[in-house]
Amino acid sequence: MNALAALLARDLRLALRQSGDVLLAVLFFILGAALFPFAVGPEPNLLLRIGPGLIWVMALLSVLLSLDRLFAPDHEDGTLDLLLLAPAPLEGIVLARILAHWLASGGPLILATPLLAVFFGVPTYALPVLLGSLLLGTLALSALGALGAALTLGARRAGVLVPLLVLPLYIPVLIFGAGAVDAVLTGLAARPHLLLLAAVLVLSLPLAALAGAAALRQAAE
Amino acid sequence: MTRATSTSRPTASAGSWHRFANPGRFLRISGHVYPWSLGLALLCLGVGLVWSLGLAPADYQQGDSVRIMYVHVPAAWMALFAYSLLAAAGASLLIWRHPLGGVAATAIAPVGAAFTFLALATGSLWGKPMWGTWWVWDARLTSVLILLFLYLGHMALTHAFENAERGRKAAAVLALAGVVNLPIIKFSVDWWNTLHQPASVTRIGTPAIHEAMLWPLLVMAGGFMFFFFAVVLLRMRAALAAQRAEALDRRIMLGR
Repeated sequence: MNALAALLARDLRLALRQSGDVLLAVLFFILGAALFPFAVGPEPNLLLRIGPGLIWVMALLSVLLSLDRLFAPDHEDGTLDLLLLAPAPLEGIVLARILAHWLASGGPLILATPLLAVFFGVPTYALPVLLGSLLLGTLALSALGALGAALTLGARRAGVLVPLLVLPLYIPVLIFGAGAVDAVLTGLAARPHLLLLAAVLVLSLPLAALAGAAALRQAAE
Repeated sequence: MTRATSTSRPTASAGSWHRFANPGRFLRISGHVYPWSLGLALLCLGVGLVWSLGLAPADYQQGDSVRIMYVHVPAAWMALFAYSLLAAAGASLLIWRHPLGGVAATAIAPVGAAFTFLALATGSLWGKPMWGTWWVWDARLTSVLILLFLYLGHMALTHAFENAERGRKAAAVLALAGVVNLPIIKFSVDWWNTLHQPASVTRIGTPAIHEAMLWPLLVMAGGFMFFFFAVVLLRMRAALAAQRAEALDRRIMLGR
């Protein structure tokens, strides 16, 4: 447990030192979403209708953008081999890495979300659900992304391959995450969507830990 | 790392079905099975096509467009069945390190992808006259589309590495992770109330489809199944032959 906490602290410190990467992902998140009013026109009702789903898609793409930093640097400089030799279970190491990635990439996105909510005129009463769904969802995105990043470690054109592998797995997260916000906006209960999103999260965390650890072992062979 | 050293090669005397994982034995047995499989496929498909497209009755509501079902439904079944086999082959590669598992998975993936595409394409053709649209974002359609992407991802991942063995293993992990999608596809019509109709053949009790349509459907499904096995066996034999040729090439180059 101590080892995992130390690992988490190390990853967060690294992310903080290279905060340019994080900032870039957040800028991509905001700028990408800001393109849509130019494309579909500034009509407020239309923007509110597509806003929540759009914010969700942009959050998903921003997470995707930072996946290549998950394991690749460690693989290149040999840290990964040491982690594999460490007495801590590799599954736990993968989980710690997922948590660090979530805090470093999902966290800033969630902090930037209220700004986008203003852009698209999302009413204040829907904001808690939007933020809550992102809070649950981005962790699931980090977990499934870690699986994709581990599988493509050392592959040719890994950058192109990761979206192909990860995006299909992201679809349930997107459906329930955006569905929760849509439900609130149409006056329905968001709870079932959030519960299903939590179920996806609970399923994807162990899946990512087990499969991700297996993939890392293969990468090091 | 510790696990890598603890597994031993499967031995021929394992006594269970493991002995079929021996490539030499596989080549011998599959050599006998392949012509039968191909012959039965041609027979079933020939009889099934005439029966389903010509002799079977037209639907009282859908008219002749119901005949799309005889291709659509078997293709969809095979898409799911092939994925289960793909995952099983991947598991046998990862757990028991059967090299044949990797060969089988590589052989199955494109065939399964083709069946999935066929199911989606015929479903789209059927959807236009029945639902009035080529495509709806219905749960069943969306989850089968994800299945197609999983197949394509599997194929891309298999060939993404310099080391072919690593590609096969990474793809096997992906195939196992994607198994989550299978129950979602199967139960999507029950969990979400959508445009796609619920199961009418595999439900408990009597099927909700008349015998005059059920029998040609089953013959077509048999034809698809035998065709699948024939193609996969052929692809596996070709892959093994290519491996052997490569090994011979290497030996010649080394001058031995």
